[in-house]
Amino acid sequence: MTSLTALCTLVAVGILVLILSYIAMRGVSALNFRFLIDTPRPIGEGGGIGNAIVGSGMLLLLSCAVGIPVGIACGIYLSEFGGGWFVSAVRFLIDRLTGIPSIVTGVFVYAVIVLRMKHFSAFAGGIALALIMIPIVARTTEEMIKLVPHSLREGALALGAPQWRVTIGVVLPAAASGIATGAMLAIARVSGETAPLLFTAFGSRFFPRNLNEPIASLTVQIYNYAISPYDEWHAQAWAATLVLMALILSINILVRFLTRQKFR
Amino acid sequence: MSSSTSFATPKFEVKSHALLRSTATKIAVENLDFFYGKTQALRDISIEIPERQVMAFIGPSGCGKTTFLRTLNRMNDVIPGTRVEGNVTIDGADIYATGADVVELRRKVGMVFQKSNPFPKSIFDNVAYGLKINRVTSSRSELEGRVEEALKDAALWSEVKDRLKTSALGLSGGQQQRLCIARALAIRPEVILMDEPASALDPIATSKIEELIFDLKKQYTIVIVTHNMQQAARVSDLTAFFLLGKLIEVNSTEKMFTAPNQKLTEDYITGRFG
Amino acid sequence: MVASLSPHPKGEGKGSRGIISALSRRLSPTGNTGDAIFRTALFSVALLVVLIVAGMIVALASHSTQSIRQFGFSFLTGREWDPIKGQFGALAFVYGTIVSSLIALLISVPLSLGIAIFLVEQAPRYLARPITFLVELLAAIPSVVYGLWGIFVLAPFLRVHVEPHLARWFGWVPLFQGPITGIGLLTGGVILAIMVTPIISAVVRDVLAAVPNTQREAALALGATKWETTFVVLVNGAPGITGAVILGLGRAIGETMAVTMVIGNRPQISASLFQPSYTLASVIANEFTEATADIYLSSLIELGLILFLVTFVVNAIARLMVWRVTRRTAGAM
Repeated sequence: MTSLTALCTLVAVGILVLILSYIAMRGVSALNFRFLIDTPRPIGEGGGIGNAIVGSGMLLLLSCAVGIPVGIACGIYLSEFGGGWFVSAVRFLIDRLTGIPSIVTGVFVYAVIVLRMKHFSAFAGGIALALIMIPIVARTTEEMIKLVPHSLREGALALGAPQWRVTIGVVLPAAASGIATGAMLAIARVSGETAPLLFTAFGSRFFPRNLNEPIASLTVQIYNYAISPYDEWHAQAWAATLVLMALILSINILVRFLTRQKFR
Repeated sequence: MSSSTSFATPKFEVKSHALLRSTATKIAVENLDFFYGKTQALRDISIEIPERQVMAFIGPSGCGKTTFLRTLNRMNDVIPGTRVEGNVTIDGADIYATGADVVELRRKVGMVFQKSNPFPKSIFDNVAYGLKINRVTSSRSELEGRVEEALKDAALWSEVKDRLKTSALGLSGGQQQRLCIARALAIRPEVILMDEPASALDPIATSKIEELIFDLKKQYTIVIVTHNMQQAARVSDLTAFFLLGKLIEVNSTEKMFTAPNQKLTEDYITGRFG
Repeated sequence: MVASLSPHPKGEGKGSRGIISALSRRLSPTGNTGDAIFRTALFSVALLVVLIVAGMIVALASHSTQSIRQFGFSFLTGREWDPIKGQFGALAFVYGTIVSSLIALLISVPLSLGIAIFLVEQAPRYLARPITFLVELLAAIPSVVYGLWGIFVLAPFLRVHVEPHLARWFGWVPLFQGPITGIGLLTGGVILAIMVTPIISAVVRDVLAAVPNTQREAALALGATKWETTFVVLVNGAPGITGAVILGLGRAIGETMAVTMVIGNRPQISASLFQPSYTLASVIANEFTEATADIYLSSLIELGLILFLVTFVVNAIARLMVWRVTRRTAGAM
């Protein structure tokens, strides 16, 4: 019977290996330097994902600029201000935010930002991604702050430090590495998001010039190429996937490495 | 507040003189009750703690001595659901009065905890922390001077002066505890509360802390909680005995350990319970 | 003299002044101005998040009023989705969503249980740790990448090696009849199964790990075999495992890209699992940017509202069930 459970595990790990190796195989054959810096071109003329890489980078920066501070602030609020119905309600809603399908987040941002501005924009895409980051960052921050020994807080309070200085000057630095890993995981998670970008950031064939216009992203590009009827674009989709997976896997492995060192 | 922390006077002092040196009351507590939720942890405590002496709180674990210590700098405020009734005055000012500044109080009443709790920062930054948040010093050199002074007062300077920038977490347990004392001394409090400061330390580190307490009482009013009666006898001028949330007896240490007034005290000191 | 030490001074915040009292209660028991500013700032951010969630419901609801007014409940029961005629009924999508999610659970639940039992009860520690990491990596792969792999690897594989055999052996069941294309409900379900397996197995792992060791020892001491002992552990964690499954369901319902890429995107209700279908999330992804008429857009946003409410409730139930099991040990430790 143990062999049955081991088989289940083997199936899961096997599928992982299959997927990753297939991506590596198909991706490498279409990957070259020109592909990484060029913009998309019509069939038969090559083209690349330079604008999508820059676009994804900008979307990530935008979402981090909003999502990480808001997430950390929420996490501090949840952990430092004790019980009470309001704190519980905030925690409940933040948990629910995690479970909301990302496509719905996209629809929401479309309704409140895109409809109002009357056009797709990098700004809207960044906000959509930030909404996905906030609950992840908030909950890791809360958990990490709870791990900071109470004695540290008391030590600072006893020196006449007001609460806010204790939290910012002593508690946050002590929890910093954990919060950083949480933020990294959140970045890995949103860098793979496609659905919330479809009708917020939309997509573009050019390098981005400002945040107030549609912007390309790796994931939307992969989607568009994957469902196209052309083999050349399929190959480019695999190459773009390889780039995306390299980013996501390295973040995950780095986080794994960092947490191992910390908790062993 | 004491104006100087460098010690010109000789290290040794005959203990019985301590009682003669000062009789002014630093802290006065009247009819203090304390509750954790519905549980009453302290019952009707009244005590006067004189200036520039060492008072030890003794008693079996759970008797409320630590809780009482923490009411003196309102450290229990951070525990939700606690409540205090009664009167605590320091230099005649009611510390629980509406509008009383807790932050100001804690600057005046320093505390050293049972388990040393250095911040995960450098040795220098640990000692400088209180000075920085209270904006005590106006220049870098003044800050460095105060840190050095505090470390010297805590008898730690010679051991750490070459590695002030290294992490405080690299120090030994005894050094960490003296660092926490230095941290408390740096902002020049008037009262120092010590909650079993040597309970986690080896005998050599313990004796260093005890010597330090002996030195410090020239300038500070010290209240120390200890479960170790020999320690109380060695370091304190006055001793208070707590049992089940009540203050049973306060007396000079000498009297307490030779001829206590109360039967309960005698039972405890002679080891009949606790 | 009576002074309150509590951060919640007596007589304050107990009334019905709602959020205002929650705010003032948190405004600094120390009376320190910096603390008051700090608390107010953090409170505002937390309030912002609450408003965002509330805003989601409001925005989705208000933008779908037109279709709610026009179609009412028949929006859910109508089978016709015809943007040209302005006729919108979501039954086919509801069907596609439910069937693909059920297929996903049918495959992933036994698989996840097996993985969790192996990692918690059987595997040695040096093996369990890296394998746990690998299984979790499955969750790190983006949906669109699963979709890409689904189109070019999984769908052809199912078309050539799986579906013909299903048709041959089980062809008498309507589920496995009709033309074989590789694109359809079955492929969508399988992709979803792979995607929710790491999620379900991770939660089941936590649940099993939370079952106290005394339970295992008690069973072993009664002469139970290893498997009988594992059964006791499973029974103990049953509510939490159910919660994990429901959590997986919530995830499958809302999953978009991968399903959209392999399910065929045809609004039809067909008994055959080989046939193309459509899910709630896929319709939104595919048609949102094409919706020009107001009623079309409104209908699509109503689909989003349905997804939001369903996943909100499903996830809340799941979390509650998992929490009831895992908190036991959290409290005991």
